[in-house]
Amino acid sequence: MQSLSNRAKILEKKPMTLAERAYLPAIFQGLSITLRHFFTKKATIRYPEETRPFSPVFRGLHVLKRDEQGRERCTACGLCAVACPAEAITMVAGERKKGEQNLYREEKYAVSYEINMLRCIFCGLCEEACPKAAVYLQADKMAPPRFERDEFIYGKDRLVEPVAPDTRSKRGIQLTAEQADKLRTQLA
Amino acid sequence: MTFETLGWQGLVILVVFGLSLLIATYCTYAERVIAAFMQDRVGPDRAGPYGLAQPLADAVKMFTKEEFFPGGASKALFTLGPCLAMTTALMSSAVIPFGNAMQFGDTSVHLQGIEINVGMLYIFGVVSLGVYGVMIGGWASNNKFSLLGAIRAASQNISYELAMGLALIAVLMISGTLSLREITLQQTNPGAWHLGDIFAWNVFKQPIGFIIFLVCAFAETNRTPFDLPECETELVGGYHTEYSSMKLGLYLFSEYINILVVTAVMSVLYFGGFNYPFQYEFLDFLSNKAGLSADWAHNIFVLMGVVAMFMKIFMGIFFFMWVRWTLPRFRYDQLMRLGWTILIPLAIFNILLTGGLITTGIIK
Repeated sequence: MQSLSNRAKILEKKPMTLAERAYLPAIFQGLSITLRHFFTKKATIRYPEETRPFSPVFRGLHVLKRDEQGRERCTACGLCAVACPAEAITMVAGERKKGEQNLYREEKYAVSYEINMLRCIFCGLCEEACPKAAVYLQADKMAPPRFERDEFIYGKDRLVEPVAPDTRSKRGIQLTAEQADKLRTQLA
Repeated sequence: MTFETLGWQGLVILVVFGLSLLIATYCTYAERVIAAFMQDRVGPDRAGPYGLAQPLADAVKMFTKEEFFPGGASKALFTLGPCLAMTTALMSSAVIPFGNAMQFGDTSVHLQGIEINVGMLYIFGVVSLGVYGVMIGGWASNNKFSLLGAIRAASQNISYELAMGLALIAVLMISGTLSLREITLQQTNPGAWHLGDIFAWNVFKQPIGFIIFLVCAFAETNRTPFDLPECETELVGGYHTEYSSMKLGLYLFSEYINILVVTAVMSVLYFGGFNYPFQYEFLDFLSNKAGLSADWAHNIFVLMGVVAMFMKIFMGIFFFMWVRWTLPRFRYDQLMRLGWTILIPLAIFNILLTGGLITTGIIK
């Protein structure tokens, strides 16, 4: 039968030559291969110390942004929840009271805003749906593993962008006092 | 032998004992790292810097595991197996000359446990006893897989010891002595004040014998490609299937000590032991140019020899691991055919060849 790909190798059953029967040349060939691998660069990334760089378009953990004056942008319109194909977002809307103008930008705001990270498929449709540019999927953070399911429901405490270092979190985990101090010296 | 030299030799033996345990410990680490490197991984690097505390962690793990005796196993023999394997492995390093004699005034200390004129016979006697540890352990386990592994170990050791012994006879024909120290001292050429000193090593006089010895050494220490006694794929774990805790640890340990001993013997028999290239220039430099006393110059020269010996041993150990992570295992009938129909006739041919070359005066 003719080969269509021209890559077929025709095998002939020939008696082995003396060099082949002596095994040793083949063994040295094998040894040279393993020795070459011994000196090649390793593929391993030592995880906690080294991390693999994220893609710039990576869609990770959500954040609820604040505006330039530090007010929450979200107005609890619910468009993100409607857009969400996994139905991961729930929220409760509330009316802004007098004297809260420095906290919330619009008259309506989200009293609670929860994303279930076990349901979320990180498609980014919420980000696209948001008319107030309030919800974003960060390119450098992801939801870390937890022991309990309810720990994956991220509330406003973990989603809203923090103002002060003391309230900021790293990968969804509240910063410790030492980490916050370190961050403060970095910012100063 | 005076009381003082007895004390010195006791010290040397203790150091050799400690060193062989230490090297065996770190062999487990080296094996994992070398395996990892050859598979483009990095290996254990969590415990301590570069994972150097890994053997300690392994030891703690081994000691804290449950000691388990399988039902129907003979307790006494089950315990005796690993003990015997470990004892015989440790005994054989006693006669290996790790260095020449050091001089402290009038006393000269041989860097060798015991200097006996039948060192080579002693080693092969003790090493072949090692198979009893495997045999007893495998049999006492009351498990078919263990027994199969033990039987394989026994028949493999017998087959390959023959070829190994025949390869050694050719070395003995050249050296004319069974003392390992004498054999080492012969493998140097004081007249050649250059790199050419290494051509006095037996490996250049006995290339065929060396290859036979090397192959048999792999089989004797149950290493891949001859690790049939403990092959996981066919026999679960071979003779140590039923073993747990430190008893298993002793078996694994004794394997590494055996490798250490075999590589040490190999470097003594074929690679000039504690001789190293440019050694006479070095001695000349120490005694004439560096302005040291004759004793100190000699002692530093001897210590360099110990370093050279251990370099050779470590290279040998690396080679053993290198081969392990390169070659697949032989099939049992292939193993037997290689031993009986190729290596033994080749070894006999080598003896005839050596005899012919000696009578014609080509090699001395």
